[in-house]
Amino acid sequence: MIVAERKPIDEIIGFIKNYKKILLVGCNECVTVCYAGGKKEVGILASALKMAFKKEGKELEIEEVTLERQCDHEYLEEIRSIIDQYEAVVSLACGVGVQFMAEKYFSTPVFPGVNTCFLGVTEASGVWTERCQACGQCILGQTAGICPISRCAKRLLNGPCGGSTNGKCEISKDLDCAWQLIIDRLKELDRLDDYEEIMPIKDWSTERAGGPRKVVREDLKS
Amino acid sequence: MRLTYPDSIRIIRLPCTGKVDVIHMMEAFQKGADGVYVAGCLEGECHYLTGNLKAKKRVEYTKKLLDEIGVGGERLEMHNIAASDGPRFAEVAKEMHEKIKALGPNPIKGATLNKKAA
Amino acid sequence: MNTKTPSRLEKILAAGHLAVTSECGPPRGSDPEAITKKAKMIKDYVDAINITDNQTSVTRLCSLASVIHLKLMGLDPILQMVTRDRNRIALQSDILGAASFDINNILCLSGDHQQFGDCPKGQNVFDMDSMQLIQTVRYMRDEGKFLGGDDIGRPPQMFVGAAANPFADPFEIRVPRLAKKVAAGVEFIQTQCIYNLDKFELWMKQVRDRGLHEKVYILAGVTPFKSAGMAKYMKNRVPGMDVPDEVVKRMSDVPKEKQPEEGINICVESIQRLKEVEGIRGFHIMAIEWEEKVPEIVERTGLYPRPKDL
Repeated sequence: MIVAERKPIDEIIGFIKNYKKILLVGCNECVTVCYAGGKKEVGILASALKMAFKKEGKELEIEEVTLERQCDHEYLEEIRSIIDQYEAVVSLACGVGVQFMAEKYFSTPVFPGVNTCFLGVTEASGVWTERCQACGQCILGQTAGICPISRCAKRLLNGPCGGSTNGKCEISKDLDCAWQLIIDRLKELDRLDDYEEIMPIKDWSTERAGGPRKVVREDLKS
Repeated sequence: MRLTYPDSIRIIRLPCTGKVDVIHMMEAFQKGADGVYVAGCLEGECHYLTGNLKAKKRVEYTKKLLDEIGVGGERLEMHNIAASDGPRFAEVAKEMHEKIKALGPNPIKGATLNKKAA
Repeated sequence: MNTKTPSRLEKILAAGHLAVTSECGPPRGSDPEAITKKAKMIKDYVDAINITDNQTSVTRLCSLASVIHLKLMGLDPILQMVTRDRNRIALQSDILGAASFDINNILCLSGDHQQFGDCPKGQNVFDMDSMQLIQTVRYMRDEGKFLGGDDIGRPPQMFVGAAANPFADPFEIRVPRLAKKVAAGVEFIQTQCIYNLDKFELWMKQVRDRGLHEKVYILAGVTPFKSAGMAKYMKNRVPGMDVPDEVVKRMSDVPKEKQPEEGINICVESIQRLKEVEGIRGFHIMAIEWEEKVPEIVERTGLYPRPKDL
């Protein structure tokens, strides 16, 4: 899922300090799972903002809404009837949802309430870690299911580098060396000989480098 | 036990402090509480095993949030008191009362009060 | 063995001599004297000189400009190139830049992560890794083509090297990794500096078991300790470095004023021992900011004078 983290309160206050009536919109999917922007977090943020404003002698009216998703037209439509009542929207969806909101409600200011961090997993309660860089040409079949592009700090396709120490990356003792993980798993799968196959230079044109990306399914277009 | 404790304390009863969530503590301050404390069983003696440990973490999180918005995390505390320990209950109540009195009223009330006065 | 390039280093190795290389770190400024002075100090004691490429991600005068300065002095430099800072266009372009000055040695590296340097907030590139860079240089040289497929006018004539670290983890793939680099086309190797001679000899044995020592020239890396503090720092703070306790103790047991001398002694003894290891074809002496000691080390290990007429 997409993992995000609430922005610092003072940053959010900075966005909305001149408004009196805002819509705070959460999202029921990824940001709910990582406790950054779901219904609960919307409630907590609303309470915090109201108190912060009150402290300065100002009133802030906030309507709290949590949509199923903010990356699909049908769910964003649900607020069409109420949006004009508000001076601005703070969206706790990931960067995708915030942008879609801004596109759809062109004349309403929209501000992000979270920092979108990465595509990742819930490794343990309260701990989320990155797994995928959306490079567009998945090589997990060759690397025993572990991605060196997202999990190696240098995205080496023929790692490990000389800095790998005790299974940890040179940049942090808390970071597993992706290539150690790959080698361990190749060993487990009895495929350690695959290690010596040289992975060719990657085609990065399907990654961010090639420009904003698009997927089309002709059979599904209306 | 007929011990006395300050009447500034409003008690909200729960089956376990594990039920306390961040929003409850936030709303207490939002509604004008000058201080809040969460009184749970002694660590290791939670009837529901880990409820008071969860409460402790949520209290810590909320304290940080209160600092971020300028209300002050020191107005919120977690205390562990055995259910049968009346004297300790009264002691904590007095301590919190003195502490919050020294801190003054919840700053969100202050601004509106000044406005009214002006 | 035949030589494929005009590289003097390659000629010396092909003739069966033990080669000696060393390295200089460029300045954090634009004064070329900082390099040319160091190079003059060591030039008669080494066969080729590496110039590091923004090592530890600290921004310095680039390796490319530095090796050009050395070449213009009549010396034989080794261009170090990391893939951290340049995409494939810039890498090929800089290789041609070096080749236009007839620089004919290159060391292909991935590079330390930028977190360690003075620009931790910067982007990194890693369009390719060191393995793929080795392939690229060989392709440009032997096929005379750019990666895109077009012909190169006057292809580079470079002797291709890479690094090897027998002390990084996991140990079990350090030899397969060398094998991989050999398959990619590497022609000479400079190892990370060696303090754990037992572990190194174990690595070399495995290298020999696979016959790799006959497919690539291996130069053993050495660095003299300036102080016990330096030994401890390298032991504890530098990733991929193996400094045994006995070596640190040897440095600490000696009074402070005598420590530099002891450091040189340890270095000289290591070289003497490594000379006996089958498959070692030379030494890479890394005495960064202590270049003035290189002549002494080369002399005391019987490696002076360097072969002249080839």
